Amino acid sequence: MIEIFGHSISPIQLYGQIALGLVNGAFYALLSLGLAVIFGMLNIVNFTHGAQYMMGAFVAWLLLNKLGIGYWWALVLAPVIVGATGVAIERLFLKHLYKLDHLYGLLLTFGVGLIIEGLFRNEFGASGLPYRIPAEIQAFGPVDLGFMRLPPYRVWVVVFSVAVCLATWFIIERTRLGAYLRAATENPTLVQAFGINVPRMITLTYGFGVGLAALGGVLAAPIYQVSPQMGSSIIIVVFAVVVIGGMGSILGSILTGFALGVIEGLTKVFYPEASNTVIFVIMAIVLLIKPAGLFGRTT
Amino acid sequence: MRIAPALALAAALGVTAGGAQAQITNNEIKIGILSDMSSLYTDLAGAGSVLAARMAVEDSGIAGRGFKVDFVSADHQNKADVGSNIARQWYDRDGVDLIVDVPNSAVALAVNTVTREKNKVFLVSGAATSALTGAQCSPNTIHWTYDTWVLANGTGNAIVKTGGDSWFFLTADYAFGHQLEADTEAVVVKQGGKMLGKVRHPLNTQDFSSFLLQAQASKAKIIGLANAGGDTVNSVKQAAEFGIVGKGQNLAGLLIFLTDVHGLGLPTAQGLIFTETFYWDANDQSRAFAKRFSERNKGIHPTMVHAGVYSSVIHYLKAVEALKADGDGAAVVRQMKATPTDDPLFGKGSVRADGRKIHPAYLYEVKKPSESTKPWDYYKLRATIPAEEAFRPLKDGGCALAN
Repeated sequence: MIEIFGHSISPIQLYGQIALGLVNGAFYALLSLGLAVIFGMLNIVNFTHGAQYMMGAFVAWLLLNKLGIGYWWALVLAPVIVGATGVAIERLFLKHLYKLDHLYGLLLTFGVGLIIEGLFRNEFGASGLPYRIPAEIQAFGPVDLGFMRLPPYRVWVVVFSVAVCLATWFIIERTRLGAYLRAATENPTLVQAFGINVPRMITLTYGFGVGLAALGGVLAAPIYQVSPQMGSSIIIVVFAVVVIGGMGSILGSILTGFALGVIEGLTKVFYPEASNTVIFVIMAIVLLIKPAGLFGRTT
Repeated sequence: MRIAPALALAAALGVTAGGAQAQITNNEIKIGILSDMSSLYTDLAGAGSVLAARMAVEDSGIAGRGFKVDFVSADHQNKADVGSNIARQWYDRDGVDLIVDVPNSAVALAVNTVTREKNKVFLVSGAATSALTGAQCSPNTIHWTYDTWVLANGTGNAIVKTGGDSWFFLTADYAFGHQLEADTEAVVVKQGGKMLGKVRHPLNTQDFSSFLLQAQASKAKIIGLANAGGDTVNSVKQAAEFGIVGKGQNLAGLLIFLTDVHGLGLPTAQGLIFTETFYWDANDQSRAFAKRFSERNKGIHPTMVHAGVYSSVIHYLKAVEALKADGDGAAVVRQMKATPTDDPLFGKGSVRADGRKIHPAYLYEVKKPSESTKPWDYYKLRATIPAEEAFRPLKDGGCALAN
């Protein structure tokens, strides 16, 4: 038995809680990755991200219940649909703000997020809607990890989000397209002079970041209730993750997402009352020691 | 300055016009519905509570007898400070005579104090803590619909008697959760059961898997959910995902509302046992009310909280009409206690000296999907707890008004 804060726990249970922490970390990583991409390329602190995550879950629900389109198609369609709304927001509002202080983008996206959440609450109520775990995944049965039996859907969430995170990192850091993007962030005028349509690239980047949020929403729908406030309860934590990882750092946000999921999970065992504050305590400490975040570059 | 004489004239006219009903403050009865309008308790209270209060006023026909009634509503955001500030502003500035509903026990306890200080009336439907008729009882407050003691006693008793004698609690970490846990623990221990542990989670938690795993490790036969709204829904949903029910452990939802069952869907919610004091499909009168209510509430059927708001406002209006006055809150509450209650939703009942409204409670079980024959057909009745046994005995509450 291991004892911390007067709370004893067997190693087997401890491993179980770490595994669960990784599942939550997968959501944090996916969402903070989208935020990091948007901040890195657009310099916009996208506070609509939580609402867009929620929209992803609702689109999945609507596809299933109104059109009979199941989970697997929703995994593709919801990010595209919600990403398209993101493109509209960028074209209509955000493009006017790039030259202004970060604060304007923050306030605008925060307001848009509140409006979207309010509209959904008005239409669908607050109790949430049920979305069943896809039968194909449920059929696998619990996955025996030796120390615990993890429901198959949770395993899927971790595997799938790790794959998406790595693919995103690869595209941005290792491909020609990613190189254009990074160059456009550094010096848009010069990149435009080479014949690359920078505004369109920025629009699509925002759409992509929003799509990542929606993808997180689809993944979350079978685990949590599909409810209008599901985004607002996670987004604050995700911002803390991004700040800890370093604003705009792709790899930083992925690693920090998973790590904080685990830390939060362990807090739920040893001192559950603090489980929704522990991340902010860590954020405060990191900001004191490394103001640019763990993986951030000081400029 | 020509304005001054005009103002004086207007004031004089105002006084003359008010003369007819000099005892009704500001010439109108003003009802404040303070609720959760934007978060986890919105569907079980929220806009539905505003509608229930309106329907009570319409059905009472009081407007036809020369009384003017007005409404105001606000969102307390589940914060006690926000709630008490709104209450203060309503009483001091906006001429509100009574506040109804107030889900969230922490907010309700705060409003309880403000109402007593201002000598107004507080009719609690949404909040659960039995402290409102216990140590913190007030001559200005009536706790209408249910409380933590009813839930603990109804559900706890029934479960221990059918063999669920070891418990682990998942408790919402605030006034309501603590009270519900304490009340249930007392019942379980009294019946010879034992407590194997508890974990207190923050309000509005998304992921319960960690807590559920701790509950599973305790090997308790019953995992008691001392939480409400979205927290309960996510607990039940994730317990199903982790296959906790069926491996010798069962969930006891201590506070489950109709809208929670609707949100979960019968495949996940089936078999849950819990206590409520009102169900829309109980009799012809409740069905008729539910039909009228849901038509004006996007199809959402009334929860017991909505029913309690309706019933309490009806009784309040009767008292004000009898007194022909609404200024002295304690006097109105005294009148409400002195008169037996009678309305279509809770039937005949009474209000006790400690401010506890008395009516029967019911033990319900959620139907299997195959048993449900129409929309919102979710509950089957397991037992009726008679009014005299449903609530905490007057002498046990520790309320000063009880003596």
